[in-house]
Amino acid sequence: MPLVLIKHALGLSRPKRQLPAQKELKSSYDVVIVGGGGHGLAAAYYLAKDWGVTNVAVLEKSWLGGGNTARNTAIVRSNYITPEGVRFYKESMGLFETLSQDLDFNVMYTKRGHLTLAHTDAAMRTMRWRAEVNKHLGVQSEVVDDKDVARIEPALNMSRAVRWPILGALHHPVGATARHDAVAWGYAQRAAEMGVEIHQGTEVTGFELSGGKIVSVQTTRGKVGCGKVLQAVAGMSSKVAGMAGVTLPIRTIPLQACVSQPLKPFLDTIIVSGSLHCYIWQSQRGECVMGGAVDPYPLQAPRSTLDFKEGLMAHMLELIPGLADVPLMRQWAGLADMTPDFSPVMGKTSLENHYIDAGWGTWGFKATPVCGKRMAECVATEKVPDILSAFRFDRFKNFEQVGEAGAASVGS
Amino acid sequence: MKIMNCPLNGPRNISEFAYGGEVKPTPDAQAPTQEWADYVYYHANQPGILREWWLHVPTSYWFIAERDVTTDRIIATFKPEEVLR
Repeated sequence: MPLVLIKHALGLSRPKRQLPAQKELKSSYDVVIVGGGGHGLAAAYYLAKDWGVTNVAVLEKSWLGGGNTARNTAIVRSNYITPEGVRFYKESMGLFETLSQDLDFNVMYTKRGHLTLAHTDAAMRTMRWRAEVNKHLGVQSEVVDDKDVARIEPALNMSRAVRWPILGALHHPVGATARHDAVAWGYAQRAAEMGVEIHQGTEVTGFELSGGKIVSVQTTRGKVGCGKVLQAVAGMSSKVAGMAGVTLPIRTIPLQACVSQPLKPFLDTIIVSGSLHCYIWQSQRGECVMGGAVDPYPLQAPRSTLDFKEGLMAHMLELIPGLADVPLMRQWAGLADMTPDFSPVMGKTSLENHYIDAGWGTWGFKATPVCGKRMAECVATEKVPDILSAFRFDRFKNFEQVGEAGAASVGS
Repeated sequence: MKIMNCPLNGPRNISEFAYGGEVKPTPDAQAPTQEWADYVYYHANQPGILREWWLHVPTSYWFIAERDVTTDRIIATFKPEEVLR
């Protein structure tokens, strides 16, 4: 054996365990968080850090960040169209900026610039509207013409001899990507260090209700009492809320994505086309990460279809014709919680101690830090923070939608 | 390609159809707006076998399909008058 290995084997220093060994479930917790994805783990972290609430269990049916946290396409931006959405995502991007330092964990937050392409005069008008809302709220966002688009991203096909020529774009220079798994892992580690218990392989199978409250949570590893319950299980939101007798304004619809084989770096910017329902960026490994519109009808299983790839590539090859010769490497789907107005659902439900973080549709990953922070505040103080109030659970009962046409994959 | 059996037009490509929501009792026209809001916006959305409204777009024909929303298997399709009496 090489000497250097023997020296380390005999020494006392060992690599630190990243998460503490999983213990038995306690009989009760102040807060039970259902769902160990980015959102649930972020909420656990901020509950402990900002509010000193550490008697918390995060229950995850499979492994950390194994659901939609690992299935999104990792884009972070704040150039939405509703003031409520823009304000919310601006705060999220602010938290993302310093997340690697705050968590002492590299989440690979990388500013790339983001172009939302417009192919019609109507789309250009929408871009101007979005830019004005964005600038008013202090978000960097500018309408650019076709010459600027060609300068910002030379890989794009600017020919007018296509079905949908590029007329201009909404340019969001601070648009970024981050490593989605790392965000979940970083929050998990720091939350666990502060005393939060993370239980993987622990599926919630029911809630015991008494007097309009959830008093205990049934799991595959036994029953635990709970002070409060926060559910952060986008994709399974209706199923879990249904266990508590709560009906949600949500339909579950698959959202598919795929990556190409690795290529040399050729694409700096994140490219989105709402009208063509497609988006693409090139990862640090060189893979082109591509996605399109949500599936045409609801389904509670993440499966891929040929129809998706056909529809996506028909448009993608007009934007970047060179991709025609590039093999696809992987494809997958996530389950998107689609709300009628494409905005999320956050805050309290009709039960006294049941908090919900759902309805993420196509924009959940980029909300991870702000949603975790503000949902933690909501749970700790039992008051809905202003920034979340527009997204309350019962807004549809009074027809108070937050129409988010700036959502990717669903807008037009 | 996925095929759906339209009660009017026979087996057709799924791309010719549009989803129309879960089959549930329609509130009375005079019902309070709350009841209509519940009907329009809130859905059980549970896994399992469901009855749903579907539209064959080219012929504007609405019908009811029984579908397993966990496996995407279409079990049966019905003319609305066969189901709603």
